[in-house]
Amino acid sequence: MSDAVTESLYTAREPIFPKTVSGRFRTLKWRLMAVTLAIYYATPWLRLDRGPNLPDQAVLVDLAHRRFYFFWIEIWPHEFYFVAGLLIMAGLGLFLFTSALGRVWCGYACPQTVWTDLFLLVERRVEGDRNAQLRLWNAPWSIRKLRLRMAKWSLWALIALATGGAWVFYFADAPTLARDLVAFDAAPAAYITIAILTATTFVLGGFMREQVCIYMCPWPRIQAAMMDDDTLTVAYRGWRGEPRAKGKARTDDVGDCIDCNACVNVCPTGIDIRDGQQMACITCALCIDACDDIMGKIGKPRGLIDYLALSDEPLEREGMQPRPYWQHVLRLRTVIYTALWAGFGLLLLFALFIRAEIDVSVAPIRNPQFVTLSDGSIRNAYDIRLRNKHGEDRPFRLQVAGDLALRIALEGTDYEQVMVAANETQLQRVYVIAPGGAEPARRDRTDIRFWIEDLVSGERVHVDSIFNGRGLQ
Amino acid sequence: MSNKKAPKENDVGTTGHDWDGIQELNNPLPRWWLWTFYLTIFWGVLYTVFFPAWPMISGATPGLLGYSTRGEVAADIAAVDERNADVSAALASADLAALSRDDPAYHYGVSGGAAVFRANCSQCHGSGAAGALGYPNLLDDDWLWGGTLEAIEYTVRHGIRNETDFDSRWSEMPAFADILEPEESAAVVEHVLAISGQGHDAVLAANGAPVFADQCASCHGDAGLGMQDLGAPNLTDAIWLYGGSREDIAYTVANARFGVMPPWGQRLEEDEIKAVTLYVHQLGGGE
Repeated sequence: MSDAVTESLYTAREPIFPKTVSGRFRTLKWRLMAVTLAIYYATPWLRLDRGPNLPDQAVLVDLAHRRFYFFWIEIWPHEFYFVAGLLIMAGLGLFLFTSALGRVWCGYACPQTVWTDLFLLVERRVEGDRNAQLRLWNAPWSIRKLRLRMAKWSLWALIALATGGAWVFYFADAPTLARDLVAFDAAPAAYITIAILTATTFVLGGFMREQVCIYMCPWPRIQAAMMDDDTLTVAYRGWRGEPRAKGKARTDDVGDCIDCNACVNVCPTGIDIRDGQQMACITCALCIDACDDIMGKIGKPRGLIDYLALSDEPLEREGMQPRPYWQHVLRLRTVIYTALWAGFGLLLLFALFIRAEIDVSVAPIRNPQFVTLSDGSIRNAYDIRLRNKHGEDRPFRLQVAGDLALRIALEGTDYEQVMVAANETQLQRVYVIAPGGAEPARRDRTDIRFWIEDLVSGERVHVDSIFNGRGLQ
Repeated sequence: MSNKKAPKENDVGTTGHDWDGIQELNNPLPRWWLWTFYLTIFWGVLYTVFFPAWPMISGATPGLLGYSTRGEVAADIAAVDERNADVSAALASADLAALSRDDPAYHYGVSGGAAVFRANCSQCHGSGAAGALGYPNLLDDDWLWGGTLEAIEYTVRHGIRNETDFDSRWSEMPAFADILEPEESAAVVEHVLAISGQGHDAVLAANGAPVFADQCASCHGDAGLGMQDLGAPNLTDAIWLYGGSREDIAYTVANARFGVMPPWGQRLEEDEIKAVTLYVHQLGGGE
């Protein structure tokens, strides 16, 4: 035993009061916040007329009927590979952005970042900027402190409620659900979902903040694998800034950093970027804005903290110009990610366009393989599932090809047509019959082809199957 | 080199553990993790109080909420039954022949009938209803006792040749070994082969025709087309319950063969009888 344990194995969260900052990245982040929040809150309210029997909500996850509507695309459960493909694309997109620009997802688009930013905005409006917040934090409880806290928490709670509330609109017709919610007439699942998401938004955005990024999210630990020396990321030009000195200590041979702590004060995760790359940095770039502001005031060039690639450090130390950004971004790794991403995208688009409007599957009934009828003819049965993806009822005609002797008959009707209700799957048992003396009845098996025609659009598709005869029996 | 300590500038403390100069760094965990951990323990204990948990000599502690998976299944079944009560009652009182295929009761009947069939009928008729030697195939268009909804329902309800239901369908073919001379039997077998369009001895078949008219036509009809009121099979078609070869027919003529079916009216509910009737009728042979 050497040193005695002086520190606890656990520490309480250090409160962080990020200071307001303005600048190019802050402006970009405000705009991105507006766009991302608008997409989130407004999307369920977009309308799109799909016909009388289909929902007119542009984006809808209809769990009850197992349909996913995304504008003009409708996905049925058996086409879930489209969703899987989109997830793969999202993953590859994340790889691409991370390898090129580091944690841009974390810094600009992650819901945790966006909502925390929104909550910080509310906090500053209610309690004031960093210094006022610090004073209020240290002040004993008073009427004023209680009033400010209640105001802040109420606003947070309202935002959280709107956030949780917006989520459920993706899963049901938004105007109807909104009316039901207000009238306390909606399903319990809706209220429970809203309650849970309201609570998580309130707690994660208001109190957990950077703890989510540092201790709860796996992504910061994974993405290091996608970054390399050419990845552009927020960093401190230590070779230009050091040795740092402030006030009277500044002599001619000190660096540009005046140790004003502006970069630390604006950091939403409470770190010092001058310590180098670290896991807690979400690359929100606000320290760049803060430092640029200071550099401007003291008459130094901007960019003491900036988007940098590690591979440029030796060049800059030699006094040379860093390579341009595009040379860092355009490299084998990003090209491969882009190619993979685009490849999957094209594949999905291709699959989407060749997707037949008529969706049919044929399941031969093999228990028994065939039935002998009283006149000696051989009958096979097939369960045919016809999916009508249109907004109105559609008639389909079924025909069989493969041998002239084969005859088709539909269970329950004398016609060779079947009406499929809008947006439904119809199970139709179909019989194919061969006279006892005909070739298909005597053979072991005969290849057959079902032709299915949409009598409204005239579109025809075919599905191949097998007709079983007596064979050697 | 070997004396190199933990990096000083990071200001990471140690736990005080030191093994041969190897120190354990202390990067403190957030305290809310600790509290979350305690909370999960508390939750776990609470869980064992409210739900079945601790194993005892004969079973586990039931838990304050009285939850059990069996109870959940029972509640689910009760909920389904309650949801289906209306359609089930409608089916039980329905006139099957008049029931539209678009009626919810029809769909309920066909789906439910499939389950009733699997549980009660498939042992003899097969899970695909294709039957077996001596057990009729319910998929084809040949019916011993009739293939209308009414006839099927009667057969299901009362069964065939059973002693427990007075209304059960009944007929018995005599064993002709005791009645006919061997050459008469052989001749009538050739006649049956002839009327069913199979290879036969024309002379013997001609001799068998009067024997058939005397002995068989009363049930099977003059032309051998059978009689559904008596459950007498059509002998001219391609479907044979006990086989259609010369040997099979000779055995049936000599010994007589017929099956028995229990009266399901005594075991199944009214809606189940109607359901299985609808199911069998739509298998491909319903009339």
